[in-house]
Amino acid sequence: MDKAAKLSKRKSVSYAKWGYLFILPFFLVYFVFTLYPQLLTFYNSLFENYMDGLTHVGPNFVGLGNFVKLFSPDATGSITIIKYFGNTVVLWILGALPQFIFALILALFFTSTRLKIKGQGFFKAVIYMPNLIMAAAFAMLIFGLFGNTGPINKMLVAANMPTFDFLAEKISVRGLIALMNFLMWFGNTTILLMAGIQGIDECLFESARIDGASSTRVFFDVTLPLLKPILVYVAITSMIGGMQMYDVPQVLTNGYGMPDNTSSTMVMLLNKYLNPSRNYGMSGAISVILFAITGILSLIVLKATNKED
Amino acid sequence: MNNNAKAKSKLLLSRTVAYLVLIFLSVLCLFFFYLMILNSSHSNFELQGSFTFKFGKFFADNFNNAWNDASIKIPRGMLNSFLIAIISAVLNVYFSALTAYGIYAYDFKLKKIADAFIIAVMMIPSQVSTVGFIQLAYKYNLTNKLWLLIVPSIAGPATYFYMKQYLKATLPLEIVEAARIDGSNEFVTFNRIVLPVMKPAIAVQMIFSFIASWNNYFTPSLLLTKAEYKTVPIMIAQLRSADYSKFDLGKMYMFIMLAILPVMIVYIILSKSIIKGVTSGSVKG
Repeated sequence: MDKAAKLSKRKSVSYAKWGYLFILPFFLVYFVFTLYPQLLTFYNSLFENYMDGLTHVGPNFVGLGNFVKLFSPDATGSITIIKYFGNTVVLWILGALPQFIFALILALFFTSTRLKIKGQGFFKAVIYMPNLIMAAAFAMLIFGLFGNTGPINKMLVAANMPTFDFLAEKISVRGLIALMNFLMWFGNTTILLMAGIQGIDECLFESARIDGASSTRVFFDVTLPLLKPILVYVAITSMIGGMQMYDVPQVLTNGYGMPDNTSSTMVMLLNKYLNPSRNYGMSGAISVILFAITGILSLIVLKATNKED
Repeated sequence: MNNNAKAKSKLLLSRTVAYLVLIFLSVLCLFFFYLMILNSSHSNFELQGSFTFKFGKFFADNFNNAWNDASIKIPRGMLNSFLIAIISAVLNVYFSALTAYGIYAYDFKLKKIADAFIIAVMMIPSQVSTVGFIQLAYKYNLTNKLWLLIVPSIAGPATYFYMKQYLKATLPLEIVEAARIDGSNEFVTFNRIVLPVMKPAIAVQMIFSFIASWNNYFTPSLLLTKAEYKTVPIMIAQLRSADYSKFDLGKMYMFIMLAILPVMIVYIILSKSIIKGVTSGSVKG
């Protein structure tokens, strides 16, 4: 017995080296190309370090100076990072709200044993498609279509309606960004929620129906509570994605976030500090803030999904 | 009887509403891309005039103009993007599978920590490391090096997570034991026995990885500054700063179409397995 245990122990030790060997490339690359740059980013946030034309300023240690600068009001009294954070949240909500409402409705349609929707494969393929489109190209396409001389305005003229400068008004620029985010993500959310609904025990619906519950009651008292963990997971991962919003508003507005930076996002601010002045200090500080926000959101996800087990 | 008829008409009504909503959203998803294809068949002159739903005859001309454009070298961009995306996808999937197998099949001291570490970093946005990454690239003169955008894909936490879930569900360790008894080397066992079992997972993850890389804009835009190394998204974004009182709009729509087309072709062929891949791995359990 003792001998056998010893033998098997030795055996597992001899195989352990393969485990280390197999995970080595992954960790090596992660440490060099992701973790080290990440730590360097945080380190940078404490220094003044940028290019002023061709002269390199710094690195000079400034403590939390970059953060203080980031949160100081400008000449008009507004704090840029707060404004951009607010924009990012507003843009996320404008897209996410219809995204979740329609995704929930569609997931219910697709899984309904009463409706028996035909052509599900086709519908799913179509609504998921925008998720794979290059965001930069999609934004460029929307810019072309909604521009002053674009086909949308020409259709308005043809319908005897007034033309609209979509790229000059706050409401329409934000609306277009939200529309793109909605189109890119509602199919994905639908598919995830469908899987969640299909994971619910069929008996629960059955017995609720036998008890005479209406389909509205079944939805609010059975489906929604049981779907909550997945809804939380999808909502918060969507929020984390929303905090990283960049390609769509950047390309649509050519980086200006017009009008008056009301559609500029956090990562667009990061980009402004990196390109062209390579201000590692300020962009490092923004990264720290971005990391903190997404870190808190991730912890909520972990907590929510762990409860599920 | 009457009740039954009522229920039937109610079902018909809700079914009609359901189909109408589905058709509306499907049309919305396709409409803009339909306009893209439509407009890429018209000349700039036609596009400046009134709008028409009829297809034009300038598709080939627009293609030639876009393909041979002197300032935006789209064939070069597509080649760069393709090289980065395909090599990244292969490396990402192979090494993530290897790592997942290493943690799944072997017992070693750091196993649990390694697994927890990867799960913990999975949610960290890539932008958070960008500043340091760019700084290092400039420090070691590595801007405009395509490999710098390829190598990091060896470590893909999300792919690892998916692969581990897949292994848990499909690979009994007895198979590995049996190979061991036959005297197979561990590395050979992985390549010859484990990888074939993982084929469906590998295919799906390769597609996702390829597409993510093909569409990637932020980091490449900061690193690739020379025209000959630019990727497609950078070139598309460049289009945005053109002077649209002079720019050929037919050509613009053609550029956008060329950027989207490769992914669309893959999607049309493989949409079924891609959609299946969305659910597995993304939600725990």
